[in-house]
Amino acid sequence: MPDVALQQELRIIGFLCNWCSYGGADTAGVSRFKQPTDLRIIRVPCSGRVDPLFVVKALLNGADGVLVSGCHPRDCHYSDGNFYARRRLEMLKRLLPFLGIDDRRFHYTWVSASEGARWQETVTNFTKRLHELGPLQLKKEVSS
Amino acid sequence: MSIEALKETIGKVLKDVDVVIAYKEGFDALHSTPHFITSPEQIDKMIWNPLCVHNLTTYLPSMKNKKVGVVVKGCDSRTIIQFIQEGLIERGKVVVIGIPCKGVISVAKVLKAIDHKPIENISFSDNGDITITSEGEKKVLSLNDVSPDKCTTCQYPTPLIYDHLIGEEIKTEKPAESVYGDIREFEKLSLEERLKYWQGEFDRCIRCYACRNACPMCVCQDSCIAETRDPHWISQRLNLTEKFMFHMIHALHLAGRCVECGECERVCPMGIPVNKLKRKINLDMKELFDYEPGVKLDEKPPMFVFNVEEAKIKEHKI
Repeated sequence: MPDVALQQELRIIGFLCNWCSYGGADTAGVSRFKQPTDLRIIRVPCSGRVDPLFVVKALLNGADGVLVSGCHPRDCHYSDGNFYARRRLEMLKRLLPFLGIDDRRFHYTWVSASEGARWQETVTNFTKRLHELGPLQLKKEVSS
Repeated sequence: MSIEALKETIGKVLKDVDVVIAYKEGFDALHSTPHFITSPEQIDKMIWNPLCVHNLTTYLPSMKNKKVGVVVKGCDSRTIIQFIQEGLIERGKVVVIGIPCKGVISVAKVLKAIDHKPIENISFSDNGDITITSEGEKKVLSLNDVSPDKCTTCQYPTPLIYDHLIGEEIKTEKPAESVYGDIREFEKLSLEERLKYWQGEFDRCIRCYACRNACPMCVCQDSCIAETRDPHWISQRLNLTEKFMFHMIHALHLAGRCVECGECERVCPMGIPVNKLKRKINLDMKELFDYEPGVKLDEKPPMFVFNVEEAKIKEHKI
């Protein structure tokens, strides 16, 4: 477990589906797994609710990284939400580098409600990767 | 093709539609403008030449209650197929008059070639020469030199869908790999260079939304999230973040739907390469799902459907 507490905290946004990943994060918490504290979680009904624009808006407005997590494929509470999400998020993952934003700053994955350990691993590794990349620096000045 | 044959066809079509959309002369010799023909006497005012740059199909979704005839070039015809794929228009309510096209002009490129002098007359010859008279001087340009970028790699000069075809079919001689050549070239730049490029381009944006308004696939109309206050996606603040965000909204809402008609770039007063982002997504859609927008009637746009097992999407590891 890397000691991220010594470094400056980053802003990482997590979009978690209510039925699996949010439960998985809860399981990790209940089990008292140690996790980095850079992630701010937003609970959404389903990973299919995550518009790729959520991710872009977060990145453009000060987030250093974005994590999207939903139910495993075939496990979606609404039966097919994450199948749509998978296509959209993959499209976005390929578009970000075209814009000049490192696609390692965006990650999407699947974590079920029972997978507390997997959640801990995902958050820890993602946070570690972002600390290696450092803060996202976009030109901030106001134009003419 | 002859303009007479086109006029004759429009005359026939007009008998069982409410309106036929074609082109007529615009405010000066260099511009054409859409021509809505509702009675036979209006037919004579119509024109057909490389000045006919607009994608007239953009009017179709808002004219759903009418039966409409529309004049299309090869590139425009893809829009109709895309509309049908997405259920935005009914096939039975549209009469498509297709014209095989050898390329149109880019007004911006012509103006640049003649130093923005006022144009008195313009004429076209069959071999692709354009003769322009401005301030008493005659200048000859080649169509290939002043056509928009989309024409230089055009794959579909003959409409892909039509009820009436005017003139002979044209086959493209341009290699299919050339279509996304500029995208592949751009991807060779470093991340920093790409970010700098887009920030430079988007910083010039004046948020007139002309690109959105001209886009045939932008069908949200008054509900466009670039302007709604609820949800409030972008503010009126004048800064790069908001401009960048607007272009992301436009690009992502067109993911796998853009038919690359180039209207967004044509109307941009600031010359921003707006179409590039959408074409990048199209390239990905082709690689991931073997899908090209507006080509086959029986397909569905990739973001509208899914496969339980995706052959080409691999799980990402951290």
